Amino acid sequence: MESKEQRTERMNAEKGQSKVEAGEVLMEIDNLQMHFPITEGIIFQRKVGAVKAVDGVSFNIRRGETLGLVGESGCGKSTTGRAILQLYRPTGGHVRYKGRDLVQMKGEELRKMRRNLQIIFQDPYASLNPRMTVGNIIGEPLEVHGLAKGKAKQDRVRQLLKVVGLNPNYVNRYPHEFSGGQRQRIGIARALAVEPDFIVADEPISALDVSIQAQVVNLLEDLQSEFGLTYLFIAHDLSVVRHISDRIAVMYLGKVVELADRHDLYTAPMHPYTKALLSAIPIPDPILEEKRKRIILEGDVPSPINPPSGCHFRTRCPLAQEICKTEPAFIEHRPNHFTACHFAEKSLEVLPQPEETVA
Amino acid sequence: MEPLLKVNNLKVAFKTDGGLVKAVNDVNFYLNEGETLGIVGESGSGKSVTSMAIMRLLPTPPAVIDSQSEVLFRGQNLLKLKDDQMRKIRGKEIAMIFQDPMTSLNPVLTIGKQITESLKLHMKMDDKAANRRAIELLKLVGIPSAEKRLGDYPHQFSGGMRQRVMIAMAISCDPKLLIADEPTTALDVTIQAQILDLLKRLRQELGTAIMLITHDLGVVAGMCDRIQVMYAGKIVETAKAKPLYANPRMPYTIGLLNSIPRLDSEGENRLIPIQGLPPDMVTLPPGCPFEPRCAYRQPAVCQSKVPELREVEEGHRAACLFDITKETPIPEQPAPEVVATATDVRTSPAG
Repeated sequence: MESKEQRTERMNAEKGQSKVEAGEVLMEIDNLQMHFPITEGIIFQRKVGAVKAVDGVSFNIRRGETLGLVGESGCGKSTTGRAILQLYRPTGGHVRYKGRDLVQMKGEELRKMRRNLQIIFQDPYASLNPRMTVGNIIGEPLEVHGLAKGKAKQDRVRQLLKVVGLNPNYVNRYPHEFSGGQRQRIGIARALAVEPDFIVADEPISALDVSIQAQVVNLLEDLQSEFGLTYLFIAHDLSVVRHISDRIAVMYLGKVVELADRHDLYTAPMHPYTKALLSAIPIPDPILEEKRKRIILEGDVPSPINPPSGCHFRTRCPLAQEICKTEPAFIEHRPNHFTACHFAEKSLEVLPQPEETVA
Repeated sequence: MEPLLKVNNLKVAFKTDGGLVKAVNDVNFYLNEGETLGIVGESGSGKSVTSMAIMRLLPTPPAVIDSQSEVLFRGQNLLKLKDDQMRKIRGKEIAMIFQDPMTSLNPVLTIGKQITESLKLHMKMDDKAANRRAIELLKLVGIPSAEKRLGDYPHQFSGGMRQRVMIAMAISCDPKLLIADEPTTALDVTIQAQILDLLKRLRQELGTAIMLITHDLGVVAGMCDRIQVMYAGKIVETAKAKPLYANPRMPYTIGLLNSIPRLDSEGENRLIPIQGLPPDMVTLPPGCPFEPRCAYRQPAVCQSKVPELREVEEGHRAACLFDITKETPIPEQPAPEVVATATDVRTSPAG
């Protein structure tokens, strides 16, 4: 049995690509923008505005790590994931995979690149074709990328089913014959089929029952250590993200407001939004819940069509002042702890501490 | 004191082409005035069907409610009431908040119209008085510039605001009992915190009894006096909130608490998932419904006998044939990998 390193090396050699060491930057996202146009008129569509779903997002993802991307619905986290994979073509910025800019790539070149970059979707009911058998669903990427045909393909599909914990004899069944958790496993097997480096997991457990979620989380962790995968784990559940991620980026209204190592983000959050978000999550422990202080935010998230000037969070922020009308820079306040807030240091002191909110 | 609500031997089944789906199987519980009761369970555990049966909102057929079942609300059996008698209670004495604020409001009526409807019907208010009360209610649930928003349609509100409108409608006639069926599931966490905060405040101000139905063990922890856990249409554990979390006695509850990552723990430990899938409600296992997934199972006993809900400590009841606690070592079962990591988690300090 070859070791993980040998395997990674062999896979890289097969793909004719340079080797990227663990810990090195695998994905470089640089000022990524995804603006969806709003048009008026039927024949002549005039552009009257844009939904700024992702508005200048920058971060790196290192090989072998899991970067958690969290935020509430509408903050642009899923759009970021899709724009990174070029499922949406970004309207600005760069996405470099091993130094090569995916945004500039087109056609065949990009299609070949997709072998390395895969996605697991949120809804296991909508992301599997109901008219295809499980064998065809998982085998399709193998054929598309010319990796295996005929008997070899069948063997590989059976092997993949085993890897994700399903019975290999299920190859001829259809998606409706499986439960939600099992379907998500099929989606994972499909993503794994082409031996990718990088997987975007877009809310992979949100649609599953609580008792099933842990099964899928454990599977994702096992696969990561077995195949040396790099994950961008998108979720709104900060408890799960804390469990699975090495570093975490918090998004609000199209921007990353805080990025830090897991430990720092949960024990010393600097951005007022992160603090509020953490304090809002219920902990299954009545004794702790009695003691915790909540930061209850006023109002709702503003529209991304016309976001507030300067800091996007200022309309709901308990610390907001005049200066917040200018955009705060995304600064490294502590080693590896980036925040975009004028009052990051003050926020650390003034707002309830994590001991009081998270415990 | 007589409890506000008492449910006795509630059994609900649905006739489908695939057979009789036994959604609720002999459920017994009570709720005192002003108390908050949490009902926790996964999808398909029968928690929503229980609440719909109490409100008499299940269409029969396909639903079949057993003739022995009783839902006593202030001593009156709701299941035996005539439709027009029930209509006087529904919305007035017992109100309900539904999960999805997007689909439970009528999109073609202004919210003013929807709130005043029950005021006019139940409280016999005239237009003016009803409008005044509606504005009061909207203010109470924290909707800014309430006067102006009365004429708005549901699509002009955000998800959190719509849920507030739903709550305003529900409390409009001062109900004695409020059934909240997953009131925050469709909402974001910061909005969820707002809504839970609002429910807590209303409970204090109005003294309404609340039945909170959710799948989220975190939400009930901070809200409820008493909690009952449902599995496969049965109540499998019930206790006051603190003992339930500190010392769960039913393997399903223990498994559930072990399988969820907590915000306050670093996550170095592997999660211990509950193996397998929830049972098929058409062909329930003959013995304990949780037996096939239970880490502590003893097939010979568990497959032949249905465990009754029995008192394991004062005020704490669990449906298990054995005295299982968090400390009970998980016996050797065919899933060795899970057993290996189980010890690590148990010995680590919680929180």
